Amino acid sequence: MALLIAAIVTLITLVTVGLFWAHAGWLPVDISAHGPAMDHQIILTLIIAGIIFVLAQLGLALFVWKYRERRDGRKAAYSTGNSRLEMLWTTAAAVVFIGLNLLGYRVWARMYFTGPQPGAMQIEVQGQQFAWYFRYPGPDGKFGPTHVDKVDDATGNFFGLDRVHDPDSRDDIVTATLGIPVDRPIELILRSQDVGHGFFVRELRLHQDLVPGMLIPVHFTATDEALRHQGGRYEIVCTQLCGMGHYKMRAFLQVMTEQNFGNWLQSQAAAQ
Amino acid sequence: MSDAQEIAVHPREAPSGFLRKYVFSADHKVIGKQYYFLALFSVLIGMTLSWLMRIHVVWPNAHLWGLGRLSPTGAPGGLMTPEYYLSLVTIHGTIMVFFVLTTAPQSGFGNYFLPIQLGAEEMAFPRLNMLSFWVTLAALLVLLSSFFIAGGPPLSGWTAYPPLSALGKIAGPGEGAGQTLWIVSIALFCVGALLSSINFIATTLDLRARGMKLMRMPLTSWGWFITAILSLLSFTVLLAAGVMLLLDRSAGTSFFIPGGLIVSDKVITGHSGGSPLLWQHLFWFFGHPEVYIAILPGMGITSHILSCFSRKPVFGYKAMVYASLAIGAMGFMVWGHHMFVSGMNPYSGFAFSVLTMAIAVPSAIKTFNWLGTMWGGRLRLTTAMLFAIGFFSMFVSGGLSGIFLGQAPVDVQLHATYFVVGHFHLVMGVAAVFGIFAGTYFWFPKMFGRMMNETLGKIHFVITFVGAYCIFMPMYYLGLEGNVRRYSEFVDQFMKPLMPIHEFMTVAALVTGAAQLIFLFNLFWSMAKGRQAEDNPWEATTLEWTIPSPAPFGNFGGRLPAVHRGAYEYSVPGAARDYIMQDAPAAASAA
Repeated sequence: MALLIAAIVTLITLVTVGLFWAHAGWLPVDISAHGPAMDHQIILTLIIAGIIFVLAQLGLALFVWKYRERRDGRKAAYSTGNSRLEMLWTTAAAVVFIGLNLLGYRVWARMYFTGPQPGAMQIEVQGQQFAWYFRYPGPDGKFGPTHVDKVDDATGNFFGLDRVHDPDSRDDIVTATLGIPVDRPIELILRSQDVGHGFFVRELRLHQDLVPGMLIPVHFTATDEALRHQGGRYEIVCTQLCGMGHYKMRAFLQVMTEQNFGNWLQSQAAAQ
Repeated sequence: MSDAQEIAVHPREAPSGFLRKYVFSADHKVIGKQYYFLALFSVLIGMTLSWLMRIHVVWPNAHLWGLGRLSPTGAPGGLMTPEYYLSLVTIHGTIMVFFVLTTAPQSGFGNYFLPIQLGAEEMAFPRLNMLSFWVTLAALLVLLSSFFIAGGPPLSGWTAYPPLSALGKIAGPGEGAGQTLWIVSIALFCVGALLSSINFIATTLDLRARGMKLMRMPLTSWGWFITAILSLLSFTVLLAAGVMLLLDRSAGTSFFIPGGLIVSDKVITGHSGGSPLLWQHLFWFFGHPEVYIAILPGMGITSHILSCFSRKPVFGYKAMVYASLAIGAMGFMVWGHHMFVSGMNPYSGFAFSVLTMAIAVPSAIKTFNWLGTMWGGRLRLTTAMLFAIGFFSMFVSGGLSGIFLGQAPVDVQLHATYFVVGHFHLVMGVAAVFGIFAGTYFWFPKMFGRMMNETLGKIHFVITFVGAYCIFMPMYYLGLEGNVRRYSEFVDQFMKPLMPIHEFMTVAALVTGAAQLIFLFNLFWSMAKGRQAEDNPWEATTLEWTIPSPAPFGNFGGRLPAVHRGAYEYSVPGAARDYIMQDAPAAASAA
């Protein structure tokens, strides 16, 4: 029995590590400026966790095999502990775990403690059961106010704009696709119309909940890498359970060259 | 050593009559068994729901036999709708977290063995104990009743985030009466858990036998004691939050509902100023300690069993106690790691992240000490021991993914993906269930007076161990790929190529689930036909093994034992046997 258990634990350990190794961490392509630092932190954590995983599991397998009860009359060693050893591994665990966290501090700070670079393009993202809509401020650079009583999905007024009376709203552009230019800092302002939603683009390494009653800003820059894959088109999915259609609440992020983006935005404005 | 003396007490009269003896009993052992079987019934339902969910995920067009009858609207003709899938997600999570993982290891084993391990005749408040169980049973029945009402169970998940859970049926099927029943059920469960926790704390502090100093208590008793404190402090908050949610739904308050919402093309009027994040803070203030409520008793059981079957004292007993206390205390400071991407202040996120990584330290201490306990031991690989070893393995595999999710910038990528599902299933689901199995195989002789079949037990272990890895380990790969959880179907392009992994996991879940029939057969067959158990079949040291099997009413037969030593005196040099019972006087241990 000891051999069987030791063999199973060893096999599971090797297969698990092998699958991680074979697929280079299973991470999707990264298309954001902040992504490499985040990926570095994930891979570093994967390596550290992997080493501890292998040592702990193989240690278990070894002990099960080596210290199994045999008919050799050997007695168990009497030991109630070893203070020095315990201090050693407590300190080691604290240094590794907390140190790892502090290494990741810069990534977090870059994403959240600092605002977007000056001149970042603002886009509003609205989540609602079960669709995404995006709003660009238009040539005046200002978002017009929204009015709950003006919201009408049937006429395409998803944000509740009053284009007749609010001059700032007249040139606002509302789209169903999130089009952005490559290499330009972007600031998304997330809002929800009804319940909680989650904005996630895995290739962008960007993930943020939308909370009703709150405007939540996030910022990023899509790199040239975005244009090299999938024609610059990436799926936006909802990650916060929002109701029966949660699984199909999705839209697309389209990364474009500056020129293509200009053309695209113009065509979207013409369609308003 | 202690010179404590055994004392005689007036023997309590055993209740007579079926109802008072087996149903409305105030005997802690009967109540412990009642909780255990409530959890067993619940886990069968929870597991069946997970089967249905897994089948639907990989074969969304499958017509499931019988489901159409249970819910003609949720599964017309047996074809599950997306909303019914979410209802199953909700009830699966709720049942497993509350009625299985909180109930079996703490209220089941704890009720049965805490007084015996401490050398007491009963729990401190026997009638309160009975009330706790019946309130918990009522909570379960209220929850299950949501299957039989219009709209079915709620679809907001076991976390019930508002506004989805606060707006009523306009937010979706199940969000009407189903959600109300869910809240009432959870509130009742909280009441039961609070009554029970008071009982556990009072029993531990007041009813320990002479000589049973705190630092002589078995680590199982420490686990139950600390868990009771966590329950007392966290279920109160969940109860309050539940009442607030109920008021938002029915009394027009706005704790969690902001103004200006538009749902199903209708403007929601009558609410303003509420904060959905307030619910998340309150829920996770309960929710994270709940993880430790589920796992601390399992940690105690694992320590207890590893020591017994390694024939060695627990390595670093005091460190284990302090680590449990540290986990308990710090467990209340890390709830925000569930909310890194919630919109919470990012500076708070960083603070929670550091604290979360710090809580990994006492967990690591436990892991090292379990290995230290086996190191140089003489391992008897009974089924109970195998499940304790399995607990260790699962706890490591699940716990290590916690250092990914505990880091705020890493969690950004993995939050709400299958990585999280794999993490918590391994570390608080499977590991805790392995603790329950370990406890069952270990204490069955004392609870039922007979032995379980070891061969069947080992077959059960091997299939369950390998199966659990096959179900949950691939979830890490899926999560790294960005596979979002709680989706009834995968319509996104990047998720479709991952379907073969999902199919593999589903087959593994079906096989592993079916293997639990071996356990059920062994459990019930052994109750009737198992070999008669001796008083101390495992040659263990703690007080439950000093009394007959099954444990008699009143536990110690009109006496209260005296304790002379620590809980894990195995292979003591110079002792006549390789174990010394806790109640053995100093002179008796030699010779």
